[in-house]
Amino acid sequence: MKEILSGNEAIARGAFEAGCRVACAYPGTPSTEILENTITYKEIDSSWAPNEKVALEVAIGASFGGGRALCTMKHVGVNVAADPLFTLSYTGVNGGLVLVTADDPEMHSSQNEQDNRNYARFAKVPMLEPADSRECKEFTRLAFELSEQYDTPVMLRTTTRISHSKSLVELGERVTDLPEPKLVKNAAKLVMLPGNARLRHPLVEERMAQLSRDGSTMAINRLEMRDKAVGIITSGVCYQYVREVLPTASTLKLGMVHPLPHDLIREFAAKVETLYVVEELDPFIEEQVRAMGIGVTGKEIFSLCGELTPGRIRTAFGLPEAAASPAEKLPGRPPNMCPGCPHRGVFFVLNQLKAYVTGDIGCYTLGFMPPLSAMDTCICMGASVGMATGVTKVVSKEEQKRVVAVIGDATFRHTGINGLLDMVHNQAPATLVILDNRITAMTGRQDNPASGFTLMDEPTSRIDFPLLCKALGVRHIRVINPLDLEQTRRVLQEEMNRPEPSVIITDKPCVLVKREGVFQKGPVYSVEVETCTGCRACLRIGCPAIEWRPAGDGGRKGTAWIDPLVCTGCDVCRQLCKFDAIGRAK
Amino acid sequence: MSGRITNILLVGVGGQGILLASEILSETCMLAGFDVKKSEIHGKSQRGGSVVSHVRYGRQVFSPLVPEGEGDILFGFELMETCRSLPLLKPGGTVVANDLKIAPPSVLMGQESYPEGLEDRIEALFPGFLLVDGQGLASEAGNPRAANTVLLGAVSRRLDIAERYWLEALEKMVPKKALEVNKQAFMMGRAL
Repeated sequence: MKEILSGNEAIARGAFEAGCRVACAYPGTPSTEILENTITYKEIDSSWAPNEKVALEVAIGASFGGGRALCTMKHVGVNVAADPLFTLSYTGVNGGLVLVTADDPEMHSSQNEQDNRNYARFAKVPMLEPADSRECKEFTRLAFELSEQYDTPVMLRTTTRISHSKSLVELGERVTDLPEPKLVKNAAKLVMLPGNARLRHPLVEERMAQLSRDGSTMAINRLEMRDKAVGIITSGVCYQYVREVLPTASTLKLGMVHPLPHDLIREFAAKVETLYVVEELDPFIEEQVRAMGIGVTGKEIFSLCGELTPGRIRTAFGLPEAAASPAEKLPGRPPNMCPGCPHRGVFFVLNQLKAYVTGDIGCYTLGFMPPLSAMDTCICMGASVGMATGVTKVVSKEEQKRVVAVIGDATFRHTGINGLLDMVHNQAPATLVILDNRITAMTGRQDNPASGFTLMDEPTSRIDFPLLCKALGVRHIRVINPLDLEQTRRVLQEEMNRPEPSVIITDKPCVLVKREGVFQKGPVYSVEVETCTGCRACLRIGCPAIEWRPAGDGGRKGTAWIDPLVCTGCDVCRQLCKFDAIGRAK
Repeated sequence: MSGRITNILLVGVGGQGILLASEILSETCMLAGFDVKKSEIHGKSQRGGSVVSHVRYGRQVFSPLVPEGEGDILFGFELMETCRSLPLLKPGGTVVANDLKIAPPSVLMGQESYPEGLEDRIEALFPGFLLVDGQGLASEAGNPRAANTVLLGAVSRRLDIAERYWLEALEKMVPKKALEVNKQAFMMGRAL
């Protein structure tokens, strides 16, 4: 049976067909939907971990216990999981282990565009790279087999255009002849102390050399001879673009991008007149081909930045550009916090208080945009807390009062909690705001320890943030309603002025939480046109429900208008109106 | 079945239901026996930003992205977003646009106004383009929220896929209680 699946859906299907028992991940675009689809297969135990390192450790445990395990994350998540990954390369596996890294060239939804093919080389593990959804499914199955055959974790790399594109996939059956998991002691292989690790390292090098040799005959590394004038080595979505733009060129399509199949590359290079590598981001294949002593053109004609497209490849090869109409000059349409978002009031007040805000990763990063303009840094998950501590170490006592770290509940327990331990232990005079909206909102409302539900939708314990902070040693902990601007301002001011670490926890759910009884939409608000003076104070929060209506010919300045279909009744705009022109709609 | 690839772009604002419309379109192409690929960016676009979805079908499709300037049909759910994506179309391409206008943040805040005369700008570049009163027709069909289906109907007439595949896809992908209204909305769009 054929279905249209996204790359992520196809990876989940591939894991199911491969007999995978455990899937563990931390959500991150563009990888999130893999685990949202493994839950549709009851044979797979799927769970969200608090961060990517824990997710990989859960998968390692499942593998050592004898089951096949899948672990997925976005590219920057591998930075967090790198510690276990590099030593897992030495131990190898018991049940097959596949680590999906979903890279994001062009940074559609990321803070950098690191090329994670480098991790495969760095950690000395094989990496497969599918070029469409059919290959996502097939390569996932193959990755589990290779993992057990070569006793190694296998990385599967997608990019946004593979993860989030849909194409036709032929479904298969789940394998049933895998051994039942059971505990087997094998300390020499699994306890990586120097004495054992020294014995494992040569095996790693042998394994990679063997994989490189075997790669030349693997079906996923495919030589396609057409016109011999131009030969192109490529992989992933770039293969599709090359076939689109240069249909007559010969291609060496690599399904395994690490280690490279040297014999096959030499064979291809000898058959074509001019050799090119078409790859996004780093010259990963190109430099290795050149190191083999083979002349090749790559980054001379392609950018090191961003993703490739059919048009960019056309330009690089000097082909005529399409005769398209010119771009129109139009107002931009950036993303915005939702109407009624509980983060909006916090950033409005932080802006008013002229706070220096070390920010973090989530929907609330949008707090940096006008008109809120209240975020000054954003580096990586959890960084806000440690950075606030660092800033207070160098600025004057007066400026220390302005330093506020802002982090969401999911990001806090991802890696922010360690930063708070440091802030308390070393008594940094900074203020930490934990925006507890009880969900991982940015990536599409995933449950987490703050929501009190698991990925499988089972009720579980809900994290108690005040108690947790108290246990860490924080002496000043305040819980506020972020939709109450006066309270938010008063508490923030008090804690910012305090020359000690303090934590403020906001206690309002995300407006997108669908679970019953969590978010309650209030009565809709409206503007009384006769009373509105056109002062525009309510526009300063940038709520998508409030629209400025310019005056007609009546000589007035214009008035604000609230869209009743968009308003959630959060009440924040009413608190900004000095003329009582905003109230519950009649 | 020809070797030609048909390139369709669906554009609008996050939250308008563009992804579902492109799912129905892709499903239809598959049911009609074509190879099909579809691509779009999730993530921040869900927070009210611009959305562009690419659907390509034919005998064998390679790139999931419509090559720049090679779009055959631009299927616009919002007028300004339709205008923004015109450079993706080939000269002489077809535009089917909803007449809906959604103000972006800068317009809501009164910093700039929603551009005037977008219909004329589109008409100048793509003469004879189809402007659809999606909400109005959907209301006639029984539910203003079926505007996307009216547009889908209008697009369907401009593609070489038999009606029964469209209806089969609608039956498969639209919730049962909304199916009749959506079928009605589809047929009203198909008459345009």
